[in-house]
Amino acid sequence: MLKDLITPENANVFVGKLGDILEKAIDKPLGYAINWGRIWSLWPVHIETACCSVEFGAASSPRYDVERFGIIEAFGSLRQCDLIVVQGTITRKMAPRLRLVYDQMPEPKYVIAMGACAITGGLYFDSYNVLPGIDGVIPVDVYVPGCPPRPETLIQGCMLLQEKIKRMKARKFV
Amino acid sequence: MSEEKESIETTEKQASADKKPAATKEVDLPAFEKGIADKIVAKFGEKTKVAFVKPDRVRINVDKEDVHAVAEFIRDELNFDHAESVSGVDYPQDKEIEVVYHLGSYTDASLARQVLVLATRAPREENPIPGNDGTKLPSLRDIFYSVEFFEREVFEMLGVYFNGHPDNRRLLLPEDWADLPPLRKDFAIKGR
Amino acid sequence: MTAELPPGLALQKVDERIMTLNVGPQHPGSGHMRIIVQIDGDYIVACDPDPGYVHRGEEKMAEYRNYITNIPHLERPVIHDSCNILYPYVLGVEELLGIEVPERAKYIRVIASELNRCIYTMYWLAIYGIFLGHSTMFMWPAGDRELLIDLMEKMSGARVTHAHFVPGGVRNDLPPNFEDVCLRQVNYFEKRIKEYAAIFYDNPILIARTEKTGILSRQDAIRLGTTGSVLRASGVDYDLRKKEPYDVYDELDFQTNVLKEGDSYARSKVPWLDMMESCRIIRHALEKMPKSGSVRVKLKPNPKGGDDSVYKRVESGRGSLGCYIVSDKKPEPYRVKLSVGSFRNLIALPYLLKGEKLGNMPSVYWSLNYWPVEADR
Repeated sequence: MLKDLITPENANVFVGKLGDILEKAIDKPLGYAINWGRIWSLWPVHIETACCSVEFGAASSPRYDVERFGIIEAFGSLRQCDLIVVQGTITRKMAPRLRLVYDQMPEPKYVIAMGACAITGGLYFDSYNVLPGIDGVIPVDVYVPGCPPRPETLIQGCMLLQEKIKRMKARKFV
Repeated sequence: MSEEKESIETTEKQASADKKPAATKEVDLPAFEKGIADKIVAKFGEKTKVAFVKPDRVRINVDKEDVHAVAEFIRDELNFDHAESVSGVDYPQDKEIEVVYHLGSYTDASLARQVLVLATRAPREENPIPGNDGTKLPSLRDIFYSVEFFEREVFEMLGVYFNGHPDNRRLLLPEDWADLPPLRKDFAIKGR
Repeated sequence: MTAELPPGLALQKVDERIMTLNVGPQHPGSGHMRIIVQIDGDYIVACDPDPGYVHRGEEKMAEYRNYITNIPHLERPVIHDSCNILYPYVLGVEELLGIEVPERAKYIRVIASELNRCIYTMYWLAIYGIFLGHSTMFMWPAGDRELLIDLMEKMSGARVTHAHFVPGGVRNDLPPNFEDVCLRQVNYFEKRIKEYAAIFYDNPILIARTEKTGILSRQDAIRLGTTGSVLRASGVDYDLRKKEPYDVYDELDFQTNVLKEGDSYARSKVPWLDMMESCRIIRHALEKMPKSGSVRVKLKPNPKGGDDSVYKRVESGRGSLGCYIVSDKKPEPYRVKLSVGSFRNLIALPYLLKGEKLGNMPSVYWSLNYWPVEADR
């Protein structure tokens, strides 16, 4: 009976519907599971630039405890990190090194620009050695404003990043 | 007293010094600091000019030919043993760059509060080529070791080359800095 | 090779045994500072520090802003010790403009300065823990300093970057119940930091890693012009709060801690002992403070100095911080130069690392009480 249903004319429709069923049954839950794993273990690179690093350190302290979201500063190499929080002013001397650090991280990777200096140059917008924002060097996902942002603001920025990741495609192929 | 008034540098308190009569000016000077200034003037005479004598601060202005000898005297006879800071100040209207050494003492208990300010001037050129033009000063690094990094910073920020410094290259600026030295007054910040 | 080299390239003779290693700008622990070391096996032969990765041009920008709007700028090099880095600038401007500060403001300044010193030292100890792989030593100080940050927040409104000192006093008076809360928190804080001896200073691993490494003798400490805790750990008794007292430090009673060994262990211990002295100073200042009074002298808008220059120095968390201000008759200063403790201690780094093992480098480097952002200004 199946053989009578599948004629040469409607075989592609049938395959399309089969693909839809497979996508709803396997691909969406699989993607959800992969994204769930990525959200709850974002490890940032240790790149304590300037002033804002003090508030990032305070966010890792016992009072604000960003580790309950899975964000542990991996004190080893940056080959095992997937988040780079640019904390503070990036100068012209540091910009090529920042790009190098970003390139050395494996995919998938996300960027949070923390502090006014990383967004637009901040208080130092007219200095001769400061980049007016890091957008030109690395692609930014979330901007966290403040000078310096309070640790609670940084945690809100991380949660926004988590929302963003939930909506992304989990796998790059297909 | 009149010779001391004439020799005060143009940028240092000339207006107020001229207004005060000579008698009260003599009484107001603190004694210990005046003693330090007198010892230097006694040894070097015309070559040094005492710019001011304030509580805990004595300022001596010297020409660049004599600064090395004066610094050696300060270290050996007056027991100042390290430099607290070295700054450069740009005076384009005088066509000179002033380098100011602040010297302090850790070993001598009577000098614990004192900071001796030693200032020299280097000629300034319109189009600087740092390292290869006339803006040169003798380095004081063989007398005070602690000026090493400070003099490197003055070199890159103002273009003053220090003769005799073992390692006179840039310290804080990017490696590819090809512009004017930043702390000069003709280096303009964008938008201002 | 006898062929011509392309322009811009030069031949460099390389030794067989010596390798050049970049302890590059991105570290797991400190701010951005590159140290180029040349190592022979495991021993460092030569070292060349390369600061400047956070050089933001503070001194140039200070010439474009007037004396009051310079305050948020000049406090950013060390944002959690912001009162101490503003202190010499504010004292200098007061001398240039001829202002006399009210008594209550002086006491508030002293209390704020000591609180900031403790906040800075706790963060420095926390990062010392990270450098050595001791994560409990990160968590305990980072958590305990929040008590003092709460006090600074009550006083000035911001956790860090207080901008509380202005020429003429402090910006605002203390909130109503501040003295009791401060006393309670400082007493608890003092009890807590005494417990650090158990996990850190009596820890045999720390002692094995830092004792007898990076020894700086007394003559060298003086000759190199080091300052602050590095100097006091090498046997030189010099603390600007005692030698050249500013504000009301000559009326408060505390002592200077001096250790004689000059190794990394002594340099890591002196700031901790200094924090206990800071608690004594805060308690004493709270007792002696006048209970009411004005805290600020009103200035005319756009104050101008004469043709003058002034050099003031203050003992900050890292050492003596000097500020040289040259003014002409404009509302902007002609030149502001900050001579910071970190920059002065940097000269000891190539001196100490010669002959050290590569594994000892983090503990020697951080024990010099070096804050990269401040050294680059």
